[in-house]
Amino acid sequence: MDRRASVVAGIRDVAPFLLGIVPFGLVAGAAVVAAGLPPELAVGLSVLVFAGASQLAAIDLLGTGANAAVVVLTVLVINLRMMMYSASLAPYLDGLSLRERVPVAYLLTDQAFALSVTRFEADDVARPWYYLGVAASVWVVWQTCTVVGVVVGASVPESVPLEFAVPLTFLALLVPATKGRASGTAALVGGTVALVLATAPFNLGLVVGALAGVLAGVVAEHVVGTDPETRGEDRA
Amino acid sequence: MREALLWAVVLVAGVGTFAVRFSFLAVFERTGSVPPRLQQALRYVPPAVFAALVVPALVFGGEGSGTAAVTPLRIVAGAVAALVAWYTESVLWTICSGIVALVVLELLVGVV
Repeated sequence: MDRRASVVAGIRDVAPFLLGIVPFGLVAGAAVVAAGLPPELAVGLSVLVFAGASQLAAIDLLGTGANAAVVVLTVLVINLRMMMYSASLAPYLDGLSLRERVPVAYLLTDQAFALSVTRFEADDVARPWYYLGVAASVWVVWQTCTVVGVVVGASVPESVPLEFAVPLTFLALLVPATKGRASGTAALVGGTVALVLATAPFNLGLVVGALAGVLAGVVAEHVVGTDPETRGEDRA
Repeated sequence: MREALLWAVVLVAGVGTFAVRFSFLAVFERTGSVPPRLQQALRYVPPAVFAALVVPALVFGGEGSGTAAVTPLRIVAGAVAALVAWYTESVLWTICSGIVALVVLELLVGVV
Protein backbone atom coordinates (compact mmCIF):
# COMPACT_ATOMS: atom_id res chain seq x y z
CA MET A 1 0.00 0.00 0.00
CA ASP A 2 1.41 3.45 -0.85
CA ARG A 3 1.79 6.33 1.62
CA ARG A 4 -1.43 8.08 0.80
CA ALA A 5 -3.51 4.91 0.95
CA SER A 6 -1.86 4.01 4.26
CA VAL A 7 -2.76 7.35 5.83
CA VAL A 8 -6.34 6.91 4.62
CA ALA A 9 -6.45 3.37 6.02
CA GLY A 10 -5.37 4.73 9.39
CA ILE A 11 -8.03 7.42 9.38
CA ARG A 12 -10.66 4.88 8.39
CA ASP A 13 -9.67 2.45 11.17
CA VAL A 14 -9.63 5.12 13.88
CA ALA A 15 -12.91 6.78 12.87
CA PRO A 16 -15.20 4.75 15.16
CA PHE A 17 -12.85 5.37 18.11
CA LEU A 18 -12.90 9.12 17.55
CA LEU A 19 -16.53 9.18 18.61
CA GLY A 20 -15.51 7.70 21.95
CA ILE A 21 -12.88 10.42 22.44
CA VAL A 22 -15.35 13.28 21.98
CA PRO A 23 -17.05 13.27 25.42
CA PHE A 24 -13.70 12.71 27.13
CA GLY A 25 -12.15 15.68 25.27
CA LEU A 26 -15.10 17.89 26.12
CA VAL A 27 -14.64 17.06 29.81
CA ALA A 28 -10.91 17.85 29.55
CA GLY A 29 -11.90 21.34 28.44
CA ALA A 30 -14.95 21.89 30.64
CA ALA A 31 -13.25 20.60 33.82
CA VAL A 32 -10.66 23.38 33.64
CA VAL A 33 -13.43 25.96 33.69
CA ALA A 34 -15.33 24.08 36.43
CA ALA A 35 -12.17 24.03 38.57
CA GLY A 36 -11.80 27.80 38.26
CA LEU A 37 -8.50 27.59 36.39
CA PRO A 38 -7.52 29.84 33.46
CA PRO A 39 -9.19 28.47 30.28
CA GLU A 40 -5.94 28.64 28.27
CA LEU A 41 -4.57 26.03 30.65
CA ALA A 42 -6.93 23.46 29.07
CA VAL A 43 -5.29 24.00 25.68
CA GLY A 44 -1.84 23.98 27.29
CA LEU A 45 -2.54 20.61 28.87
CA SER A 46 -4.02 19.13 25.70
CA VAL A 47 -1.10 20.24 23.54
CA LEU A 48 1.78 19.64 25.97
CA VAL A 49 0.58 16.58 27.88
CA PHE A 50 -1.96 15.15 25.40
CA ALA A 51 -3.06 12.27 27.64
CA GLY A 52 -6.66 12.52 28.80
CA ALA A 53 -6.79 10.66 32.10
CA SER A 54 -3.68 12.39 33.42
CA GLN A 55 -4.98 15.78 32.28
CA LEU A 56 -8.18 15.31 34.28
CA ALA A 57 -6.26 14.25 37.38
CA ALA A 58 -3.96 17.26 37.01
CA ILE A 59 -6.92 19.63 36.65
CA ASP A 60 -8.50 18.16 39.77
CA LEU A 61 -5.32 18.58 41.80
CA LEU A 62 -4.47 22.04 40.46
CA GLY A 63 -8.01 23.19 41.23
CA THR A 64 -7.62 22.21 44.88
CA GLY A 65 -4.21 23.89 45.10
CA ALA A 66 -2.19 20.71 45.48
CA ASN A 67 1.60 20.69 45.70
CA ALA A 68 3.22 21.18 42.27
CA ALA A 69 5.56 18.18 42.55
CA VAL A 70 2.63 15.94 43.48
CA VAL A 71 0.71 17.03 40.39
CA VAL A 72 3.67 16.15 38.14
CA LEU A 73 4.21 12.83 39.93
CA THR A 74 0.52 11.94 39.57
CA VAL A 75 0.55 12.70 35.83
CA LEU A 76 3.63 10.53 35.32
CA VAL A 77 2.23 7.58 37.29
CA ILE A 78 -0.98 7.67 35.26
CA ASN A 79 0.99 7.79 32.00
CA LEU A 80 3.46 5.04 32.90
CA ARG A 81 1.45 2.53 30.89
CA MET A 82 2.60 4.25 27.71
CA MET A 83 6.10 2.96 28.34
CA MET A 84 4.65 -0.44 27.48
CA TYR A 85 3.17 0.95 24.26
CA SER A 86 6.48 2.57 23.37
CA ALA A 87 8.19 -0.79 23.73
CA SER A 88 5.56 -2.70 21.73
CA LEU A 89 5.69 -0.21 18.89
CA ALA A 90 9.47 0.17 18.63
CA PRO A 91 10.30 -3.08 16.78
CA TYR A 92 7.79 -2.25 14.03
CA LEU A 93 9.27 1.21 13.42
CA ASP A 94 12.97 0.35 13.50
CA GLY A 95 13.35 1.80 9.99
CA LEU A 96 12.81 5.31 11.36
CA SER A 97 15.62 7.58 12.53
CA LEU A 98 15.71 8.85 16.08
CA ARG A 99 14.45 12.23 14.91
CA GLU A 100 11.55 10.64 13.04
CA ARG A 101 10.55 8.79 16.20
CA VAL A 102 10.02 12.07 18.07
CA PRO A 103 6.61 12.79 16.47
CA VAL A 104 5.72 9.09 16.82
CA ALA A 105 6.32 9.37 20.56
CA TYR A 106 4.51 12.68 20.93
CA LEU A 107 1.39 11.31 19.22
CA LEU A 108 1.37 7.99 21.12
CA THR A 109 -2.02 7.24 22.70
CA ASP A 110 -3.99 4.17 23.75
CA GLN A 111 -5.78 4.19 20.40
CA ALA A 112 -2.70 4.79 18.25
CA PHE A 113 -0.93 1.93 20.01
CA ALA A 114 -3.78 -0.59 19.89
CA LEU A 115 -4.77 -0.01 16.26
CA SER A 116 -1.23 0.21 14.88
CA VAL A 117 0.11 -2.92 16.53
CA THR A 118 -2.93 -4.85 15.29
CA ARG A 119 -2.58 -3.59 11.73
CA PHE A 120 1.22 -3.94 11.64
CA GLU A 121 0.78 -7.67 12.28
CA ALA A 122 -1.09 -7.93 8.98
CA ASP A 123 1.85 -6.10 7.35
CA ASP A 124 -0.20 -4.56 4.52
CA VAL A 125 0.44 -0.83 5.12
CA ALA A 126 3.30 1.68 5.01
CA ARG A 127 3.67 1.62 8.81
CA PRO A 128 4.72 5.18 9.68
CA TRP A 129 2.04 6.60 7.39
CA TYR A 130 -0.70 4.38 8.76
CA TYR A 131 0.38 5.40 12.27
CA LEU A 132 0.22 9.05 11.23
CA GLY A 133 -3.33 8.60 9.92
CA VAL A 134 -4.47 7.10 13.22
CA ALA A 135 -2.50 9.21 15.68
CA ALA A 136 -2.91 12.62 14.02
CA SER A 137 -6.68 12.07 13.77
CA VAL A 138 -6.84 11.48 17.52
CA TRP A 139 -4.77 14.62 18.08
CA VAL A 140 -7.00 16.83 15.94
CA VAL A 141 -10.21 15.56 17.55
CA TRP A 142 -8.72 15.89 21.04
CA GLN A 143 -7.61 19.51 20.54
CA THR A 144 -10.91 20.50 18.93
CA CYS A 145 -12.97 18.92 21.71
CA THR A 146 -10.85 20.59 24.39
CA VAL A 147 -11.58 24.03 22.95
CA VAL A 148 -15.28 23.25 22.50
CA GLY A 149 -15.34 21.92 26.08
CA VAL A 150 -13.91 25.17 27.43
CA VAL A 151 -16.55 27.21 25.58
CA VAL A 152 -19.44 24.90 26.47
CA GLY A 153 -18.25 24.43 30.05
CA ALA A 154 -18.31 28.18 30.63
CA SER A 155 -22.00 28.38 29.66
CA VAL A 156 -23.36 25.39 31.61
CA PRO A 157 -25.67 26.54 34.46
CA GLU A 158 -24.26 26.27 38.00
CA SER A 159 -26.93 23.74 39.01
CA VAL A 160 -25.37 21.07 36.77
CA PRO A 161 -22.55 19.40 38.74
CA LEU A 162 -20.12 19.49 35.83
CA GLU A 163 -17.03 18.72 37.93
CA PHE A 164 -18.65 15.35 38.68
CA ALA A 165 -17.95 14.42 35.05
CA VAL A 166 -14.28 13.95 35.95
CA PRO A 167 -14.66 10.96 38.32
CA LEU A 168 -17.36 9.61 36.00
CA THR A 169 -14.92 9.60 33.10
CA PHE A 170 -12.43 7.67 35.20
CA LEU A 171 -15.20 5.28 36.14
CA ALA A 172 -15.93 4.66 32.46
CA LEU A 173 -12.25 3.79 31.98
CA LEU A 174 -12.00 1.74 35.17
CA VAL A 175 -14.89 -0.66 34.62
CA PRO A 176 -13.66 -2.31 31.39
CA ALA A 177 -10.10 -2.42 32.79
CA THR A 178 -11.12 -4.64 35.72
CA LYS A 179 -12.72 -7.60 34.01
CA GLY A 180 -10.04 -10.11 35.00
CA ARG A 181 -9.32 -11.43 38.50
CA ALA A 182 -5.78 -10.05 38.76
CA SER A 183 -6.75 -6.65 37.36
CA GLY A 184 -9.82 -6.66 39.61
CA THR A 185 -7.52 -7.18 42.59
CA ALA A 186 -5.29 -4.33 41.40
CA ALA A 187 -8.34 -2.05 41.27
CA LEU A 188 -9.70 -3.16 44.63
CA VAL A 189 -6.41 -2.60 46.44
CA GLY A 190 -5.65 0.63 44.55
CA GLY A 191 -9.06 2.08 45.36
CA THR A 192 -9.03 1.00 49.00
CA VAL A 193 -5.54 2.32 49.75
CA ALA A 194 -6.34 5.62 48.03
CA LEU A 195 -9.54 5.89 50.07
CA VAL A 196 -7.79 5.21 53.39
CA LEU A 197 -5.14 7.79 52.49
CA ALA A 198 -7.66 10.31 51.14
CA THR A 199 -6.68 12.86 53.79
CA ALA A 200 -2.95 12.15 53.57
CA PRO A 201 -0.80 15.24 53.05
CA PHE A 202 0.12 16.38 49.51
CA ASN A 203 -2.66 14.27 47.92
CA LEU A 204 -0.25 11.34 47.92
CA GLY A 205 -3.14 8.89 48.38
CA LEU A 206 -3.47 8.51 44.62
CA VAL A 207 0.18 7.75 43.92
CA VAL A 208 0.56 5.37 46.88
CA GLY A 209 -2.78 3.73 46.10
CA ALA A 210 -1.84 3.24 42.44
CA LEU A 211 1.53 1.69 43.30
CA ALA A 212 -0.08 -0.59 45.92
CA GLY A 213 -2.66 -1.62 43.33
CA VAL A 214 0.00 -2.49 40.73
CA LEU A 215 1.87 -4.55 43.32
CA ALA A 216 -1.37 -6.33 44.30
CA GLY A 217 -2.06 -7.10 40.62
CA VAL A 218 1.37 -8.68 40.19
CA VAL A 219 0.96 -10.74 43.38
CA ALA A 220 -2.57 -11.78 42.38
CA GLU A 221 -1.28 -12.90 39.00
CA HIS A 222 1.08 -15.33 40.75
CA VAL A 223 -1.88 -16.75 42.68
CA VAL A 224 -4.70 -16.86 40.13
CA GLY A 225 -2.74 -16.77 36.89
CA THR A 226 -2.71 -14.26 34.02
CA ASP A 227 -5.96 -12.55 33.09
CA PRO A 228 -7.39 -13.60 29.75
CA GLU A 229 -6.37 -10.77 27.40
CA THR A 230 -6.73 -7.57 29.40
CA ARG A 231 -5.58 -4.80 27.14
CA GLY A 232 -5.66 -1.17 28.24
CA GLU A 233 -9.00 -0.22 26.73
CA ASP A 234 -9.07 3.36 27.92
CA ARG A 235 -9.70 6.10 25.47
CA ALA A 236 -6.96 8.69 25.54
CA MET B 1 -1.26 28.49 42.85
CA ARG B 2 0.16 31.43 40.90
CA GLU B 3 -0.38 31.32 37.16
CA ALA B 4 3.31 31.08 36.28
CA LEU B 5 3.62 28.04 38.55
CA LEU B 6 0.53 26.46 36.95
CA TRP B 7 2.18 26.71 33.55
CA ALA B 8 5.47 25.38 34.87
CA VAL B 9 3.64 22.32 36.22
CA VAL B 10 1.94 21.75 32.85
CA LEU B 11 5.26 22.12 31.03
CA VAL B 12 7.17 19.72 33.28
CA ALA B 13 4.30 17.20 33.20
CA GLY B 14 4.31 17.46 29.40
CA VAL B 15 8.06 16.92 29.07
CA GLY B 16 7.88 13.99 31.52
CA THR B 17 5.00 12.39 29.65
CA PHE B 18 6.91 12.75 26.39
CA ALA B 19 9.90 11.02 28.01
CA VAL B 20 7.66 8.09 29.00
CA ARG B 21 6.33 7.84 25.44
CA PHE B 22 9.77 8.16 23.86
CA SER B 23 11.48 5.75 26.29
CA PHE B 24 11.65 2.47 24.40
CA LEU B 25 11.20 4.05 20.99
CA ALA B 26 14.48 5.84 21.68
CA VAL B 27 16.53 3.03 23.21
CA PHE B 28 15.07 -0.04 21.50
CA GLU B 29 18.15 -0.82 19.36
CA ARG B 30 20.34 -0.90 22.46
CA THR B 31 18.12 -2.63 25.00
CA GLY B 32 15.77 -4.81 22.99
CA SER B 33 12.26 -5.15 24.38
CA VAL B 34 10.90 -4.41 27.84
CA PRO B 35 12.02 -6.64 30.69
CA PRO B 36 9.15 -9.11 31.31
CA ARG B 37 8.91 -8.10 34.97
CA LEU B 38 8.31 -4.45 34.05
CA GLN B 39 5.85 -5.38 31.33
CA GLN B 40 3.89 -7.49 33.81
CA ALA B 41 3.70 -4.61 36.31
CA LEU B 42 2.73 -2.02 33.70
CA ARG B 43 -0.31 -4.09 32.78
CA TYR B 44 -1.85 -3.29 36.17
CA VAL B 45 -1.30 0.46 35.97
CA PRO B 46 -4.70 1.26 34.37
CA PRO B 47 -6.98 -0.61 36.84
CA ALA B 48 -4.93 0.49 39.87
CA VAL B 49 -4.70 4.14 38.84
CA PHE B 50 -8.30 4.53 37.76
CA ALA B 51 -9.61 2.91 40.96
CA ALA B 52 -7.36 5.14 43.06
CA LEU B 53 -8.81 8.15 41.25
CA VAL B 54 -12.46 7.09 41.32
CA VAL B 55 -13.06 5.70 44.82
CA PRO B 56 -11.98 8.71 46.93
CA ALA B 57 -13.67 11.10 44.46
CA LEU B 58 -17.01 9.34 44.90
CA VAL B 59 -16.78 8.84 48.66
CA PHE B 60 -15.38 12.25 49.61
CA GLY B 61 -16.60 14.31 46.66
CA GLY B 62 -13.08 14.84 45.36
CA GLU B 63 -12.12 17.24 48.15
CA GLY B 64 -8.39 17.58 48.62
CA SER B 65 -6.17 16.88 51.60
CA GLY B 66 -7.48 17.47 55.11
CA THR B 67 -11.19 17.79 54.39
CA ALA B 68 -13.04 14.50 54.32
CA ALA B 69 -16.81 14.69 54.59
CA VAL B 70 -18.56 11.67 53.12
CA THR B 71 -20.77 12.53 50.13
CA PRO B 72 -23.49 9.81 50.09
CA LEU B 73 -25.30 11.20 47.04
CA ARG B 74 -22.15 10.93 44.95
CA ILE B 75 -21.65 7.34 46.07
CA VAL B 76 -25.16 6.41 44.92
CA ALA B 77 -24.86 8.35 41.65
CA GLY B 78 -21.47 6.70 41.10
CA ALA B 79 -22.99 3.26 41.63
CA VAL B 80 -25.64 4.02 39.01
CA ALA B 81 -22.95 5.19 36.57
CA ALA B 82 -20.82 2.09 37.31
CA LEU B 83 -23.72 -0.17 36.30
CA VAL B 84 -24.17 1.83 33.10
CA ALA B 85 -20.41 1.64 32.43
CA TRP B 86 -20.48 -2.13 32.93
CA TYR B 87 -23.28 -2.72 30.45
CA THR B 88 -22.56 -0.03 27.83
CA GLU B 89 -18.75 0.47 28.13
CA SER B 90 -19.49 3.97 26.83
CA VAL B 91 -17.84 7.09 28.27
CA LEU B 92 -20.73 9.23 27.08
CA TRP B 93 -23.51 7.19 28.71
CA THR B 94 -21.51 6.80 31.90
CA ILE B 95 -21.06 10.57 32.27
CA CYS B 96 -24.68 11.36 31.35
CA SER B 97 -26.22 8.76 33.67
CA GLY B 98 -24.02 9.77 36.60
CA ILE B 99 -24.73 13.50 36.29
CA VAL B 100 -28.46 12.96 35.82
CA ALA B 101 -28.52 10.60 38.82
CA LEU B 102 -26.73 13.18 40.98
CA VAL B 103 -29.01 16.04 39.91
CA VAL B 104 -32.13 13.95 40.57
CA LEU B 105 -30.83 12.81 43.98
CA GLU B 106 -30.00 16.39 44.98
CA LEU B 107 -33.50 17.50 43.96
CA LEU B 108 -35.10 14.66 45.94
CA VAL B 109 -33.06 15.46 49.04
CA GLY B 110 -33.95 19.13 48.65
CA VAL B 111 -37.66 18.26 48.51
CA VAL B 112 -37.47 16.01 51.60
